[in-house]
Amino acid sequence: MSVPDRNIGGELLKVDNISLSFGAVRAIIDVSFDIREREIRAIIGPNGAGKTSMLNVINGVYHPQEGSITFNGQERAQMKPHEAAEQGIARTFQNVALFRGMTTLDNIMTGRNLKMKSNFLSQALYWGPSRREEMENREFVENIIDFLEIQAIRKTPVGRLPYGLQKRVELGRALAAEPHLLLLDEPMAGMNLEEKEDMCRFILDVNEEFGTTIALIEHDMGVVMDLSDRVVVLDYGRKIADGTPDEVRADQAVIDAYLGVSH
Amino acid sequence: MIYREAGQFKTSYEADEAIFPVRQDRVFVIGLLVVAFFVIPVIGNDYWLRSVLTPFLIFSLAALGLNILTGYAGQISLGTAGFMAVGAFAAYKLSTGIPELNIIIVFILSGIIAALVGIAFGLPSLRIKGFYLAVTTLAAHFFIEWTLTHFGWFTNYSTSGVISAPEMVLFGYTIESAESRYLLALSIVVVMTLLAKNLIRSELGRAWMAIRDMDVAAEVIGIPMLKTKLLAFAISSFYCGVAGALWAFIYIGTVEPQAFDINRAFEVLFMVIIGGLGSIYGSFMGAAFIVLLPILITNIAFAFGANLPAEVLTNAQLIIFGSLIIFFLIVEPYGLARLWQVAKEKLRLWPFPH
Amino acid sequence: MLEFAFQEPMFALEVIIGGLLSGIMYSLVALGFVLIFKASGIFNFAQGALVLFAALTFVKMLEFGVNFWLAIVITLAIMMVLALSIERVVLRPLVNQPLIILFMATIGLNFLIEGLAQGIWGAEVHSLDLGIPEEPLEGLMDAVGISITYFELASAGIAAAMVFGLSIFFNKTRVGRALRAVADDHQAAMSVGIPLQHIWALTWAAAGIVALVAGMLWGAKIGVQFSLALLALKALPVLILGGFDSVAGAIVGGLIIGALEKFSEVFIGPYVGGAIENWFPYVFATVFLLFRPQGLFGQKIIERV
Repeated sequence: MSVPDRNIGGELLKVDNISLSFGAVRAIIDVSFDIREREIRAIIGPNGAGKTSMLNVINGVYHPQEGSITFNGQERAQMKPHEAAEQGIARTFQNVALFRGMTTLDNIMTGRNLKMKSNFLSQALYWGPSRREEMENREFVENIIDFLEIQAIRKTPVGRLPYGLQKRVELGRALAAEPHLLLLDEPMAGMNLEEKEDMCRFILDVNEEFGTTIALIEHDMGVVMDLSDRVVVLDYGRKIADGTPDEVRADQAVIDAYLGVSH
Repeated sequence: MIYREAGQFKTSYEADEAIFPVRQDRVFVIGLLVVAFFVIPVIGNDYWLRSVLTPFLIFSLAALGLNILTGYAGQISLGTAGFMAVGAFAAYKLSTGIPELNIIIVFILSGIIAALVGIAFGLPSLRIKGFYLAVTTLAAHFFIEWTLTHFGWFTNYSTSGVISAPEMVLFGYTIESAESRYLLALSIVVVMTLLAKNLIRSELGRAWMAIRDMDVAAEVIGIPMLKTKLLAFAISSFYCGVAGALWAFIYIGTVEPQAFDINRAFEVLFMVIIGGLGSIYGSFMGAAFIVLLPILITNIAFAFGANLPAEVLTNAQLIIFGSLIIFFLIVEPYGLARLWQVAKEKLRLWPFPH
Repeated sequence: MLEFAFQEPMFALEVIIGGLLSGIMYSLVALGFVLIFKASGIFNFAQGALVLFAALTFVKMLEFGVNFWLAIVITLAIMMVLALSIERVVLRPLVNQPLIILFMATIGLNFLIEGLAQGIWGAEVHSLDLGIPEEPLEGLMDAVGISITYFELASAGIAAAMVFGLSIFFNKTRVGRALRAVADDHQAAMSVGIPLQHIWALTWAAAGIVALVAGMLWGAKIGVQFSLALLALKALPVLILGGFDSVAGAIVGGLIIGALEKFSEVFIGPYVGGAIENWFPYVFATVFLLFRPQGLFGQKIIERV
């Protein structure tokens, strides 16, 4: 459903000839693609295709041996996690990486950490600017909580929440950073139909209301086809296709990869 | 008064982020403080003030310090006693070197010196994690212990081995009586607890817990590892350092490295475990438990008419300590503080079971 | 300071060899830690207490007039019972808890066993004679002027035999492979039908055997007394240097730490006021870890998110 008036801009992120290996295992082999401003870009592929590794390269958790990453016009050989965060790249994880001992509210508040500037002495006194800053950010976070409809679990430690809600809180934490580029690693895995529909709605709303660029990994093809503007397909660490959902769906290499044709 | 928050509506985020959002908690804590400041010094006898309550307060402070590092920031440390020793000796050197320095300033500076040492020994935490890190904190302990015993400068070249802490004068009063020592310790502990609580509910506290719960995710959302971990070591060591200074000056009145041997580090660690990792209340409960337990054991043995030899008592204490720690971990891994919280949650619903 | 070492190469060599041999003794204690860590991922702080308990039990048996070999058998039986009780009472209820909780439980266990050992067997110092002479090998002394005692040689031999045995056990036997599977993932191992309880009981029993050997040799060397429990503190730098999960690491780490400790004590200690052996191994191991956080032979952990 890539509508022409989607107002998609120029190139925001470009990865060029990325190769990543762990010892003898080659996770990504010479992959290049780009992500444009305000688009929803899907990365798909069978298990072990290197999708999560690709996200890890983009936000600096893994450092590729070859290739370059260009974000916002700045080219570098590798990202560092804090650089990525400062540049406005936020992220959710395949196996929910929330801070389990903290409440929903505190988890989302941690997403604001880069916006909070007061030093630890003024935090210890909880005085003046530090207190004001805390309240302003609390208000911002409460808006996210309202947006994601999780008011009732505000003060619940996230370790006690069901999986679907944890995924939602994790999205909240990423949104709290007001990201420029949002990376979602299987945001709908393990959800029931209703939860999936909610999550789709949130993703579209984020994209439309805040103009956030989104890259997502997803296994549910229906979701991918519905949500995304363009799709890149990985298989055994290589890029095998790249294009609109319709183009990718018709691609012979993609069909082979999914049906398991021998190489 | 029934423990209920019904009817207490919060109309601002400030009210919701207050230290004690539930009114009954507020009343309870204020009551406790009134009793601690005005009733106990009057009714408490010398023994209780000097040998039970004062060490309890100082231990609570050390436990709070360790809890910041281990319970909140998730970095296991066995260096507590070492950092306490740094604080004690720093206070000794400062107050003998500059006698006119206000004692409160001496304590603060000792804490800062301990914090600097803490930062130095916290640096490996950026590379080394988990149990490996726990072992490396022992390097801090043994190195500090050795340094303080092998260089005469730290003890002003005293030959007797026992160094008396200098007299403490505060606003013209000499802190000498059991009451004044207790009140000084209490005031310092109350202020530092409040500061710790503020830190924990602010950005830094959340950053610590984030690193504890999942450090990769913390890094990805932009929490600076270096700064956050080193601040945990620094602030934790500051608390331990002040506790060490108080121990030497207010409690035993002498400055000796033996008071801060490796068993002291374990003692404080037990307080944190039994009280509850990641809980400020827990630090106090754990300290109370460990301070009171030996007194209780001795008294029970005495009540049974047995004047047990010290050796048997020591072994009995080891066995009871060990068993209790295992018992607590099995029954409630999150410590006394968690039991207290569960009790409160039940109380909120009482008399309805669900 | 080091010039001295170069001027007296024979003396330096003797110091280093002495260090290597005492290092083997540290390795013996460290092996017990490695065994349990490898099989369960638990950092067992109570290993030192196990050494004390085993040595005290053994020496008491001898003092009761029990025959040497029978005393070993009885002590082993008691260590088995202890291992089974630890599994049943402490580990089983904590099976799904985070490792830090299990670590803390072993600290509790450490105090419990120390108290029990001394409560049951008393706290006096016992001397222990294993019948291995503490005299230098004369041939070696005459030939190159380096003094190594029969006892040191025997300890090294026993340690080598234990390492060999444990390597075979871990790599070649079915149980050994199951152990490694358990260490990798408790729940996954249970789900493929590996009986976790038996495995853990077995590991702790094996750690008890290692503790007995270490306790006997150390007991013969320094006397059977409370300070045996503190050997754990000597073994810790060995462990982090070698890597928690490596049998080879425990040995190589022990050799390195032993040699360094003696060498630094003789050639560096006098210049800084002496008695540096308490902290030097720790500081050395810490600095080493900065360059290799998993130790010499430890498994590198690739963090997955």
